[in-house]
Amino acid sequence: MPVLRWIRRNLIVIAGLLTLAYLILPNVVVMVFSFNKPNGRFNYAWQHFSLDAWKDPCGVADMCGSLSLSLQIATWATIGATVLGTMISFALVRYRFRARGAINSLIFLPMAMPEVVMAASLLTLFLNMGAQLGFWTILIAHVMFCLSFVVTAVKARVMSMDPRLEEAARDLYAGPVQTFLRVTLPIAAPGIAAGALLAFALSFDDFIITNFNAGSTVTFPMFVWGSAQRGTPVQINVIGTAMFIIAVLVVVAGQLIANRRKNSAR
Amino acid sequence: MTVTKEAPPAAPVTELKVRKASTRKRLVPYWLLLPGILWLVVFFALPLVYQASTSVQTGSLEKGFEVTWHFQTYWDALKDYYPQFIRSLLYAGTATLLCLLLGYPLAYLIAFKAGRWRNVVLVLVIAPFFTSFLIRTLAWKTILADGGAVVDVLNTLHILDVTSWLGWTESNRVLATPMAVVCGLTYNFLPFMILPLYTSLERIDGRLHEAAGDLYATPATTFRKVTFPLSMPGVVSGTLLTFIPASGDYVNAELLGSTDTKMVGSVIQTQFLRVLDYPTAAALSFILMAVVLIMVTVYIRRSGTEDLV
Repeated sequence: MPVLRWIRRNLIVIAGLLTLAYLILPNVVVMVFSFNKPNGRFNYAWQHFSLDAWKDPCGVADMCGSLSLSLQIATWATIGATVLGTMISFALVRYRFRARGAINSLIFLPMAMPEVVMAASLLTLFLNMGAQLGFWTILIAHVMFCLSFVVTAVKARVMSMDPRLEEAARDLYAGPVQTFLRVTLPIAAPGIAAGALLAFALSFDDFIITNFNAGSTVTFPMFVWGSAQRGTPVQINVIGTAMFIIAVLVVVAGQLIANRRKNSAR
Repeated sequence: MTVTKEAPPAAPVTELKVRKASTRKRLVPYWLLLPGILWLVVFFALPLVYQASTSVQTGSLEKGFEVTWHFQTYWDALKDYYPQFIRSLLYAGTATLLCLLLGYPLAYLIAFKAGRWRNVVLVLVIAPFFTSFLIRTLAWKTILADGGAVVDVLNTLHILDVTSWLGWTESNRVLATPMAVVCGLTYNFLPFMILPLYTSLERIDGRLHEAAGDLYATPATTFRKVTFPLSMPGVVSGTLLTFIPASGDYVNAELLGSTDTKMVGSVIQTQFLRVLDYPTAAALSFILMAVVLIMVTVYIRRSGTEDLV
Protein backbone atom coordinates (compact mmCIF):
# COMPACT_ATOMS: atom_id res chain seq x y z
CA MET A 1 0.00 0.00 0.00
CA PRO A 2 1.98 3.03 -1.22
CA VAL A 3 -0.52 5.47 0.29
CA LEU A 4 -0.14 3.97 3.75
CA ARG A 5 3.62 3.97 3.40
CA TRP A 6 3.57 7.62 2.38
CA ILE A 7 1.41 8.46 5.40
CA ARG A 8 3.73 6.53 7.70
CA ARG A 9 6.78 8.27 6.36
CA ASN A 10 5.24 11.72 6.70
CA LEU A 11 3.37 11.11 9.92
CA ILE A 12 5.09 13.92 11.81
CA VAL A 13 4.50 16.46 9.04
CA ILE A 14 0.82 15.50 8.82
CA ALA A 15 0.37 15.67 12.61
CA GLY A 16 2.18 19.01 12.73
CA LEU A 17 0.04 20.49 9.98
CA LEU A 18 -3.14 19.28 11.73
CA THR A 19 -2.02 21.07 14.91
CA LEU A 20 -1.33 24.17 12.84
CA ALA A 21 -4.86 23.96 11.44
CA TYR A 22 -6.23 23.65 14.99
CA LEU A 23 -4.33 26.82 15.92
CA ILE A 24 -5.44 28.81 12.90
CA LEU A 25 -9.07 27.67 12.66
CA PRO A 26 -10.51 30.11 15.26
CA ASN A 27 -8.79 33.02 13.52
CA VAL A 28 -10.37 31.98 10.23
CA VAL A 29 -13.76 31.77 11.94
CA VAL A 30 -13.28 35.23 13.49
CA MET A 31 -12.38 36.62 10.07
CA VAL A 32 -15.27 34.96 8.19
CA PHE A 33 -17.81 35.99 10.81
CA SER A 34 -16.73 39.63 10.56
CA PHE A 35 -18.69 39.56 7.27
CA ASN A 36 -21.77 38.04 8.86
CA LYS A 37 -25.15 39.64 9.34
CA PRO A 38 -26.54 37.78 12.33
CA ASN A 39 -30.24 37.49 13.06
CA GLY A 40 -30.22 37.89 16.81
CA ARG A 41 -27.88 39.53 19.27
CA PHE A 42 -25.25 36.79 19.03
CA ASN A 43 -22.84 36.34 16.15
CA TYR A 44 -22.41 32.57 16.42
CA ALA A 45 -24.35 31.24 13.42
CA TRP A 46 -23.79 32.20 9.77
CA GLN A 47 -26.66 34.11 8.10
CA HIS A 48 -25.80 36.48 5.24
CA PHE A 49 -22.70 38.09 3.80
CA SER A 50 -22.50 41.75 4.69
CA LEU A 51 -19.95 44.55 4.88
CA ASP A 52 -21.96 46.55 7.44
CA ALA A 53 -19.61 45.98 10.37
CA TRP A 54 -16.52 46.86 8.34
CA LYS A 55 -18.16 50.10 7.13
CA ASP A 56 -19.02 51.14 10.68
CA PRO A 57 -16.46 49.59 13.04
CA CYS A 58 -17.30 51.96 15.89
CA GLY A 59 -21.06 51.54 15.50
CA VAL A 60 -21.38 49.77 18.84
CA ALA A 61 -21.78 51.85 21.96
CA ASP A 62 -18.64 52.00 24.16
CA MET A 63 -16.59 49.54 22.11
CA CYS A 64 -14.11 51.95 20.53
CA GLY A 65 -13.80 53.80 23.83
CA SER A 66 -12.72 50.60 25.53
CA LEU A 67 -10.37 49.85 22.64
CA SER A 68 -8.63 53.21 22.93
CA LEU A 69 -8.40 52.78 26.71
CA SER A 70 -6.76 49.37 26.22
CA LEU A 71 -4.30 50.85 23.72
CA GLN A 72 -3.40 53.66 26.13
CA ILE A 73 -2.90 51.29 29.05
CA ALA A 74 -0.87 48.88 26.91
CA THR A 75 1.36 51.75 25.70
CA TRP A 76 2.09 53.10 29.17
CA ALA A 77 2.47 49.63 30.69
CA THR A 78 4.91 48.72 27.92
CA ILE A 79 6.99 51.84 28.51
CA GLY A 80 7.02 51.33 32.28
CA ALA A 81 7.75 47.61 32.22
CA THR A 82 10.41 47.96 29.50
CA VAL A 83 12.34 50.71 31.29
CA LEU A 84 12.21 49.01 34.71
CA GLY A 85 12.82 45.55 33.24
CA THR A 86 15.81 46.64 31.14
CA MET A 87 17.40 48.27 34.18
CA ILE A 88 16.94 45.07 36.20
CA SER A 89 18.36 42.93 33.38
CA PHE A 90 21.53 45.01 33.13
CA ALA A 91 22.01 44.88 36.90
CA LEU A 92 21.52 41.11 36.93
CA VAL A 93 23.92 40.37 34.08
CA ARG A 94 26.61 43.00 34.60
CA TYR A 95 27.01 43.41 38.33
CA ARG A 96 27.68 41.32 41.40
CA PHE A 97 25.57 42.21 44.41
CA ARG A 98 23.91 40.76 47.46
CA ALA A 99 20.54 39.00 47.55
CA ARG A 100 20.81 37.92 43.93
CA GLY A 101 18.97 34.67 44.60
CA ALA A 102 16.08 36.40 46.34
CA ILE A 103 15.80 38.92 43.51
CA ASN A 104 15.84 36.18 40.89
CA SER A 105 12.99 34.36 42.60
CA LEU A 106 11.03 37.59 43.03
CA ILE A 107 11.24 38.02 39.25
CA PHE A 108 10.46 34.37 38.49
CA LEU A 109 7.48 33.99 40.85
CA PRO A 110 4.97 36.21 39.00
CA MET A 111 5.42 33.95 35.97
CA ALA A 112 4.92 30.81 38.08
CA MET A 113 1.66 31.90 39.61
CA PRO A 114 -1.85 31.52 38.22
CA GLU A 115 -3.10 34.92 37.14
CA VAL A 116 -6.18 34.73 39.31
CA VAL A 117 -4.00 34.52 42.45
CA MET A 118 -2.11 37.69 41.55
CA ALA A 119 -5.37 39.38 40.60
CA ALA A 120 -7.10 38.51 43.85
CA SER A 121 -4.16 39.40 46.09
CA LEU A 122 -3.58 42.73 44.36
CA LEU A 123 -7.24 43.54 44.86
CA THR A 124 -6.95 42.86 48.61
CA LEU A 125 -4.07 45.34 48.71
CA PHE A 126 -6.03 48.01 46.85
CA LEU A 127 -9.11 47.42 49.01
CA ASN A 128 -7.06 47.67 52.19
CA MET A 129 -5.47 50.90 51.02
CA GLY A 130 -8.82 52.29 49.95
CA ALA A 131 -7.47 52.92 46.46
CA GLN A 132 -9.89 54.10 43.77
CA LEU A 133 -10.07 51.26 41.22
CA GLY A 134 -9.67 52.37 37.61
CA PHE A 135 -7.05 53.44 35.08
CA TRP A 136 -4.19 53.70 37.59
CA THR A 137 -4.81 50.41 39.37
CA ILE A 138 -4.99 48.64 35.99
CA LEU A 139 -1.74 50.30 34.89
CA ILE A 140 0.03 49.34 38.14
CA ALA A 141 -1.10 45.72 37.74
CA HIS A 142 -0.03 45.54 34.09
CA VAL A 143 3.46 46.93 34.74
CA MET A 144 3.77 44.38 37.57
CA PHE A 145 3.01 41.27 35.50
CA CYS A 146 4.78 42.45 32.32
CA LEU A 147 8.00 43.24 34.19
CA SER A 148 9.18 39.63 34.63
CA PHE A 149 8.65 38.84 30.96
CA VAL A 150 10.63 41.89 29.86
CA VAL A 151 13.48 40.92 32.20
CA THR A 152 13.55 37.39 30.76
CA ALA A 153 13.67 38.67 27.16
CA VAL A 154 16.27 41.39 27.72
CA LYS A 155 18.46 39.27 30.01
CA ALA A 156 18.86 36.59 27.34
CA ARG A 157 20.13 39.19 24.88
CA VAL A 158 22.45 41.03 27.27
CA MET A 159 23.93 37.71 28.41
CA SER A 160 24.90 36.76 24.87
CA MET A 161 26.60 40.14 24.35
CA ASP A 162 30.37 40.18 23.95
CA PRO A 163 31.74 42.41 26.77
CA ARG A 164 34.89 42.99 24.70
CA LEU A 165 32.91 45.28 22.38
CA GLU A 166 32.34 47.70 25.25
CA GLU A 167 35.96 47.38 26.33
CA ALA A 168 37.00 48.21 22.78
CA ALA A 169 34.79 51.31 22.83
CA ARG A 170 36.37 52.40 26.11
CA ASP A 171 39.85 51.79 24.69
CA LEU A 172 38.91 54.10 21.85
CA TYR A 173 38.23 56.85 24.41
CA ALA A 174 34.44 56.66 24.47
CA GLY A 175 33.03 57.82 27.82
CA PRO A 176 30.68 55.58 29.81
CA VAL A 177 27.61 57.41 28.52
CA GLN A 178 28.81 57.33 24.94
CA THR A 179 29.70 53.64 25.23
CA PHE A 180 26.26 52.86 26.57
CA LEU A 181 24.35 54.88 23.96
CA ARG A 182 26.42 53.95 20.89
CA VAL A 183 27.50 50.39 21.65
CA THR A 184 25.57 48.71 24.48
CA LEU A 185 22.07 49.95 23.70
CA PRO A 186 22.13 49.19 19.93
CA ILE A 187 23.32 45.64 20.62
CA ALA A 188 20.70 45.08 23.32
CA ALA A 189 17.97 46.68 21.20
CA PRO A 190 16.52 43.47 19.69
CA GLY A 191 16.07 41.99 23.17
CA ILE A 192 14.50 45.18 24.45
CA ALA A 193 12.21 45.34 21.41
CA ALA A 194 11.16 41.72 21.92
CA GLY A 195 10.45 42.40 25.59
CA ALA A 196 8.45 45.51 24.75
CA LEU A 197 6.39 43.69 22.09
CA LEU A 198 5.65 40.89 24.53
CA ALA A 199 4.64 43.40 27.22
CA PHE A 200 2.33 45.20 24.81
CA ALA A 201 0.65 41.97 23.71
CA LEU A 202 0.27 40.73 27.30
CA SER A 203 -1.11 44.00 28.57
CA PHE A 204 -3.47 44.58 25.65
CA ASP A 205 -4.90 41.08 25.90
CA ASP A 206 -5.07 40.73 29.67
CA PHE A 207 -8.45 39.91 31.08
CA ILE A 208 -8.24 38.15 34.46
CA ILE A 209 -6.04 40.61 36.37
CA THR A 210 -7.76 43.59 34.75
CA ASN A 211 -11.21 42.25 35.57
CA PHE A 212 -10.35 42.14 39.28
CA ASN A 213 -8.69 45.55 39.49
CA ALA A 214 -10.63 47.71 37.04
CA GLY A 215 -13.58 48.79 39.17
CA SER A 216 -16.14 50.15 36.73
CA THR A 217 -13.55 50.94 34.02
CA VAL A 218 -13.99 48.80 30.90
CA THR A 219 -11.04 47.72 28.76
CA PHE A 220 -11.46 46.00 25.39
CA PRO A 221 -11.12 42.41 26.71
CA MET A 222 -13.65 43.29 29.41
CA PHE A 223 -16.00 44.65 26.74
CA VAL A 224 -15.72 41.36 24.85
CA TRP A 225 -16.35 39.43 28.06
CA GLY A 226 -19.44 41.50 28.79
CA SER A 227 -20.72 41.10 25.26
CA ALA A 228 -20.47 37.30 25.59
CA GLN A 229 -23.32 37.69 28.08
CA ARG A 230 -25.26 40.57 26.49
CA GLY A 231 -24.80 39.82 22.80
CA THR A 232 -21.75 39.82 20.55
CA PRO A 233 -21.67 42.60 17.95
CA VAL A 234 -20.03 41.76 14.59
CA GLN A 235 -17.70 44.72 15.15
CA ILE A 236 -15.76 42.64 17.71
CA ASN A 237 -14.75 40.33 14.87
CA VAL A 238 -13.78 43.32 12.74
CA ILE A 239 -11.41 44.55 15.46
CA GLY A 240 -10.04 41.03 15.97
CA THR A 241 -9.40 40.60 12.24
CA ALA A 242 -7.81 44.04 11.91
CA MET A 243 -5.50 43.33 14.86
CA PHE A 244 -4.49 40.03 13.28
CA ILE A 245 -3.72 41.64 9.91
CA ILE A 246 -1.78 44.54 11.47
CA ALA A 247 0.28 42.10 13.56
CA VAL A 248 1.14 39.92 10.55
CA LEU A 249 2.09 43.02 8.53
CA VAL A 250 4.36 44.26 11.35
CA VAL A 251 6.06 40.86 11.59
CA VAL A 252 6.52 40.62 7.81
CA ALA A 253 7.88 44.19 7.63
CA GLY A 254 10.30 43.45 10.47
CA GLN A 255 11.46 40.31 8.69
CA LEU A 256 12.00 42.24 5.44
CA ILE A 257 14.01 44.93 7.21
CA ALA A 258 16.12 42.31 8.98
CA ASN A 259 16.74 40.51 5.67
CA ARG A 260 17.76 43.71 3.90
CA ARG A 261 20.17 44.55 6.73
CA LYS A 262 21.68 41.11 6.51
CA ASN A 263 22.11 41.46 2.75
CA SER A 264 23.66 44.92 2.95
CA ALA A 265 25.98 43.73 5.72
CA ARG A 266 27.27 41.12 3.33
CA MET B 1 55.71 78.57 51.25
CA THR B 2 52.14 78.86 50.09
CA VAL B 3 52.74 76.12 47.56
CA THR B 4 53.95 73.66 50.14
CA LYS B 5 51.05 74.65 52.40
CA GLU B 6 48.48 73.93 49.74
CA ALA B 7 50.05 70.79 48.40
CA PRO B 8 49.53 68.36 51.30
CA PRO B 9 45.70 68.57 51.47
CA ALA B 10 45.51 67.79 47.77
CA ALA B 11 46.29 64.10 48.23
CA PRO B 12 43.46 63.25 50.68
CA VAL B 13 40.97 65.08 48.47
CA THR B 14 41.71 62.94 45.44
CA GLU B 15 41.72 59.87 47.62
CA LEU B 16 38.31 60.85 48.93
CA LYS B 17 37.11 61.44 45.40
CA VAL B 18 38.31 58.02 44.35
CA ARG B 19 36.64 56.41 47.33
CA LYS B 20 33.43 58.33 46.59
CA ALA B 21 33.52 57.26 42.96
CA SER B 22 34.04 53.62 43.89
CA THR B 23 31.17 53.75 46.40
CA ARG B 24 29.02 55.26 43.71
CA LYS B 25 30.08 52.52 41.33
CA ARG B 26 29.30 49.86 43.89
CA LEU B 27 25.84 51.30 44.30
CA VAL B 28 25.07 51.28 40.56
CA PRO B 29 23.43 47.82 40.52
CA TYR B 30 21.26 48.75 43.50
CA TRP B 31 20.05 51.92 41.80
CA LEU B 32 19.31 49.93 38.65
CA LEU B 33 17.36 47.33 40.62
CA LEU B 34 15.57 49.65 43.01
CA PRO B 35 12.54 50.90 41.04
CA GLY B 36 11.62 47.57 39.43
CA ILE B 37 12.19 45.48 42.52
CA LEU B 38 10.28 47.99 44.63
CA TRP B 39 7.40 47.69 42.18
CA LEU B 40 7.40 43.89 42.52
CA VAL B 41 7.68 44.03 46.31
CA VAL B 42 4.83 46.51 46.72
CA PHE B 43 2.47 45.19 44.04
CA PHE B 44 3.32 41.49 43.97
CA ALA B 45 4.83 40.32 47.29
CA LEU B 46 3.00 42.66 49.67
CA PRO B 47 -0.42 41.75 48.18
CA LEU B 48 0.31 38.09 48.95
CA VAL B 49 0.82 39.07 52.59
CA TYR B 50 -2.43 41.04 52.56
CA GLN B 51 -4.18 38.08 51.01
CA ALA B 52 -2.84 35.74 53.68
CA SER B 53 -4.09 38.13 56.33
CA THR B 54 -7.50 38.50 54.65
CA SER B 55 -7.92 34.73 54.55
CA VAL B 56 -7.88 34.50 58.37
CA GLN B 57 -10.23 37.44 58.92
CA THR B 58 -13.88 37.28 59.88
CA GLY B 59 -16.57 39.88 59.65
CA SER B 60 -18.92 41.34 57.10
CA LEU B 61 -18.84 44.13 54.54
CA GLU B 62 -20.95 46.41 56.74
CA LYS B 63 -19.10 45.85 60.02
CA GLY B 64 -15.68 45.47 58.46
CA PHE B 65 -13.25 42.57 58.62
CA GLU B 66 -10.87 41.75 61.43
CA VAL B 67 -8.00 39.30 61.79
CA THR B 68 -9.28 36.56 64.09
CA TRP B 69 -6.99 33.74 62.96
CA HIS B 70 -10.06 31.92 61.80
CA PHE B 71 -8.40 29.01 59.97
CA GLN B 72 -11.76 27.31 59.72
CA THR B 73 -12.25 29.36 56.53
CA TYR B 74 -9.69 27.19 54.76
CA TRP B 75 -11.40 24.00 55.84
CA ASP B 76 -14.85 25.31 54.87
CA ALA B 77 -13.59 26.56 51.51
CA LEU B 78 -12.05 23.19 50.73
CA LYS B 79 -15.16 21.35 51.87
CA ASP B 80 -17.44 23.50 49.74
CA TYR B 81 -15.28 23.81 46.65
CA TYR B 82 -13.12 20.70 46.42
CA PRO B 83 -14.94 19.52 43.25
CA GLN B 84 -13.92 22.74 41.48
CA PHE B 85 -10.37 22.30 42.74
CA ILE B 86 -10.03 18.73 41.52
CA ARG B 87 -11.69 19.69 38.25
CA SER B 88 -9.24 22.58 37.72
CA LEU B 89 -6.22 20.35 38.23
CA LEU B 90 -7.75 17.60 36.09
CA TYR B 91 -8.68 19.91 33.21
CA ALA B 92 -5.36 21.75 33.34
CA GLY B 93 -3.46 18.46 33.45
CA THR B 94 -5.40 17.00 30.53
CA ALA B 95 -4.94 20.19 28.51
CA THR B 96 -1.20 20.16 29.25
CA LEU B 97 -0.90 16.56 28.09
CA LEU B 98 -2.88 17.31 24.93
CA CYS B 99 -0.74 20.39 24.29
CA LEU B 100 2.38 18.23 24.52
CA LEU B 101 0.95 15.57 22.19
CA LEU B 102 -0.29 18.13 19.66
CA GLY B 103 2.54 20.61 20.03
CA TYR B 104 5.47 18.23 19.76
CA PRO B 105 4.92 17.24 16.11
CA LEU B 106 4.47 20.88 15.11
CA ALA B 107 7.60 22.01 16.99
CA TYR B 108 9.49 19.11 15.39
CA LEU B 109 8.15 20.09 11.98
CA ILE B 110 9.31 23.69 12.41
CA ALA B 111 12.73 22.70 13.73
CA PHE B 112 13.67 19.95 11.26
CA LYS B 113 11.25 19.68 8.34
CA ALA B 114 10.04 23.15 7.45
CA GLY B 115 13.15 24.30 5.58
CA ARG B 116 12.56 27.69 4.02
CA TRP B 117 8.98 27.67 5.31
CA ARG B 118 10.22 27.79 8.90
CA ASN B 119 9.61 31.50 9.47
CA VAL B 120 6.19 31.35 7.83
CA VAL B 121 5.07 28.51 10.12
CA LEU B 122 6.54 30.29 13.16
CA VAL B 123 4.58 33.43 12.30
CA LEU B 124 1.42 31.31 11.91
CA VAL B 125 1.99 29.89 15.40
CA ILE B 126 2.51 33.30 17.00
CA ALA B 127 -0.01 35.29 14.93
CA PRO B 128 -3.17 34.02 16.70
CA PHE B 129 -1.77 35.70 19.82
CA PHE B 130 -2.56 39.03 18.28
CA THR B 131 -6.27 38.52 18.08
CA SER B 132 -7.70 38.99 21.55
CA PHE B 133 -7.90 35.53 23.14
CA LEU B 134 -11.46 36.19 24.30
CA ILE B 135 -12.58 36.71 20.71
CA ARG B 136 -10.82 33.51 19.64
CA THR B 137 -12.34 31.58 22.51
CA LEU B 138 -15.77 32.83 21.46
CA ALA B 139 -15.04 31.48 17.97
CA TRP B 140 -15.00 27.98 19.49
CA LYS B 141 -18.67 28.51 20.31
CA THR B 142 -19.29 28.67 16.58
CA ILE B 143 -16.99 25.75 15.76
CA LEU B 144 -18.42 23.42 18.39
CA ALA B 145 -22.01 24.65 17.99
CA ASP B 146 -24.85 22.13 18.29
CA GLY B 147 -25.61 20.70 14.86
CA GLY B 148 -22.40 22.23 13.46
CA ALA B 149 -19.94 20.43 11.21
CA VAL B 150 -17.65 19.25 14.02
CA VAL B 151 -20.47 17.77 16.07
CA ASP B 152 -21.94 16.15 12.94
CA VAL B 153 -18.66 14.46 12.03
CA LEU B 154 -18.05 13.26 15.60
CA ASN B 155 -21.60 11.94 15.67
CA THR B 156 -21.30 10.10 12.36
CA LEU B 157 -18.06 8.50 13.49
CA HIS B 158 -19.79 7.52 16.76
CA ILE B 159 -17.03 9.26 18.69
CA LEU B 160 -19.60 11.23 20.66
CA ASP B 161 -21.17 7.97 21.84
CA VAL B 162 -17.86 6.95 23.38
CA THR B 163 -17.11 10.36 24.89
CA SER B 164 -20.64 10.69 26.30
CA TRP B 165 -20.28 7.27 27.86
CA LEU B 166 -17.07 8.52 29.48
CA GLY B 167 -18.87 11.64 30.67
CA TRP B 168 -16.79 14.03 28.59
CA THR B 169 -19.65 15.14 26.39
CA GLU B 170 -23.41 14.85 26.26
CA SER B 171 -25.04 12.94 23.44
CA ASN B 172 -25.25 15.22 20.38
CA ARG B 173 -23.57 18.00 22.27
CA VAL B 174 -19.98 19.21 22.72
CA LEU B 175 -20.55 22.79 23.83
CA ALA B 176 -21.11 23.23 27.59
CA THR B 177 -19.33 19.95 28.36
CA PRO B 178 -15.91 19.16 29.88
CA MET B 179 -14.59 18.35 26.40
CA ALA B 180 -15.34 21.87 25.16
CA VAL B 181 -13.52 23.40 28.14
CA VAL B 182 -10.46 21.18 27.73
CA CYS B 183 -10.50 21.86 23.99
CA GLY B 184 -10.50 25.61 24.68
CA LEU B 185 -7.75 25.37 27.30
CA THR B 186 -5.60 23.25 24.98
CA TYR B 187 -6.10 25.73 22.17
CA ASN B 188 -5.38 28.79 24.30
CA PHE B 189 -2.10 27.56 25.77
CA LEU B 190 -0.75 25.56 22.82
CA PRO B 191 1.66 28.28 21.64
CA PHE B 192 3.20 28.36 25.15
CA MET B 193 4.05 24.69 24.64
CA ILE B 194 5.22 24.92 21.03
CA LEU B 195 7.68 27.79 21.42
CA PRO B 196 9.85 26.32 24.23
CA LEU B 197 9.74 22.91 22.51
CA TYR B 198 10.87 24.48 19.26
CA THR B 199 13.69 26.39 20.99
CA SER B 200 15.12 23.25 22.57
CA LEU B 201 14.64 21.10 19.43
CA GLU B 202 16.29 23.72 17.24
CA ARG B 203 19.45 23.55 19.37
CA ILE B 204 19.91 19.84 18.66
CA ASP B 205 22.76 19.14 16.27
CA GLY B 206 21.34 17.44 13.17
CA ARG B 207 24.47 15.27 12.94
CA LEU B 208 23.37 13.46 16.10
CA HIS B 209 20.43 12.05 14.12
CA GLU B 210 22.79 10.92 11.36
CA ALA B 211 25.12 9.36 13.92
CA ALA B 212 22.23 7.45 15.49
CA GLY B 213 21.19 6.25 12.04
CA ASP B 214 24.75 5.18 11.24
CA LEU B 215 24.71 3.13 14.42
CA TYR B 216 21.66 1.25 13.08
CA ALA B 217 19.07 2.99 15.25
CA THR B 218 15.61 2.99 13.69
CA PRO B 219 13.93 6.41 13.45
CA ALA B 220 11.77 5.46 16.43
CA THR B 221 14.81 4.52 18.53
CA THR B 222 16.60 7.69 17.47
CA PHE B 223 13.65 9.72 18.66
CA ARG B 224 13.36 7.81 21.95
CA LYS B 225 17.07 7.78 22.79
CA VAL B 226 18.38 10.99 21.23
CA THR B 227 15.83 13.59 20.21
CA PHE B 228 13.35 13.37 23.07
CA PRO B 229 15.89 13.37 25.94
CA LEU B 230 17.64 16.37 24.39
CA SER B 231 14.33 18.24 24.15
CA MET B 232 13.53 17.71 27.84
CA PRO B 233 14.24 21.35 28.83
CA GLY B 234 11.60 22.43 26.31
CA VAL B 235 9.18 19.78 27.57
CA VAL B 236 9.60 20.94 31.16
CA SER B 237 9.23 24.66 30.53
CA GLY B 238 6.43 24.06 28.01
CA THR B 239 4.39 21.97 30.43
CA LEU B 240 4.92 24.54 33.20
CA LEU B 241 3.94 27.45 30.95
CA THR B 242 0.78 25.54 30.01
CA PHE B 243 -0.24 24.01 33.32
CA ILE B 244 0.20 27.06 35.55
CA PRO B 245 -2.02 29.49 33.66
CA ALA B 246 -4.50 26.74 32.76
CA SER B 247 -5.02 25.78 36.40
CA GLY B 248 -6.18 29.27 37.33
CA ASP B 249 -8.07 30.03 34.13
CA TYR B 250 -11.78 30.59 34.29
CA VAL B 251 -12.40 32.15 30.89
CA ASN B 252 -12.71 28.85 29.00
CA ALA B 253 -14.83 27.26 31.72
CA GLU B 254 -17.22 30.22 31.73
CA LEU B 255 -17.46 30.77 27.98
CA LEU B 256 -17.42 27.18 26.70
CA GLY B 257 -18.62 25.24 29.74
CA SER B 258 -21.68 25.04 31.94
CA THR B 259 -22.26 25.25 35.69
CA ASP B 260 -21.03 21.64 35.89
CA THR B 261 -17.61 22.58 34.49
CA LYS B 262 -16.81 25.54 36.77
CA MET B 263 -13.15 25.74 37.72
CA VAL B 264 -11.67 27.18 40.89
CA GLY B 265 -10.83 30.47 39.14
CA SER B 266 -14.57 31.06 38.59
CA VAL B 267 -15.25 30.49 42.27
CA ILE B 268 -12.52 32.91 43.37
CA GLN B 269 -13.81 35.52 40.95
CA THR B 270 -17.43 35.12 42.04
CA GLN B 271 -16.59 35.17 45.76
CA PHE B 272 -14.41 38.23 45.33
CA LEU B 273 -16.37 40.37 42.90
CA ARG B 274 -19.99 39.31 43.39
CA VAL B 275 -20.51 37.60 46.75
CA LEU B 276 -17.88 39.87 48.35
CA ASP B 277 -16.88 37.10 50.75
CA TYR B 278 -13.25 38.20 50.86
CA PRO B 279 -11.92 35.67 53.42
CA THR B 280 -13.21 32.66 51.49
CA ALA B 281 -11.92 34.04 48.19
CA ALA B 282 -8.51 34.79 49.71
CA ALA B 283 -8.32 31.33 51.27
CA LEU B 284 -9.22 29.63 47.97
CA SER B 285 -6.67 31.71 46.10
CA PHE B 286 -4.03 30.89 48.70
CA ILE B 287 -4.72 27.16 48.47
CA LEU B 288 -4.51 27.33 44.67
CA MET B 289 -1.18 29.14 44.88
CA ALA B 290 0.21 26.62 47.37
CA VAL B 291 -0.95 23.62 45.34
CA VAL B 292 0.51 24.97 42.11
CA LEU B 293 3.82 26.00 43.68
CA ILE B 294 4.25 22.62 45.38
CA MET B 295 3.42 20.74 42.19
CA VAL B 296 5.80 22.91 40.17
CA THR B 297 8.64 22.49 42.67
CA VAL B 298 8.24 18.71 42.87
CA TYR B 299 8.02 18.51 39.09
CA ILE B 300 11.16 20.59 38.54
CA ARG B 301 13.10 18.54 41.14
CA ARG B 302 11.94 15.29 39.57
CA SER B 303 12.84 16.25 36.04
CA GLY B 304 16.26 17.33 37.29
CA THR B 305 16.41 20.56 35.34
CA GLU B 306 16.50 22.91 38.29
CA ASP B 307 18.98 25.30 36.75
CA LEU B 308 16.86 25.81 33.64
CA VAL B 309 14.05 27.82 35.15
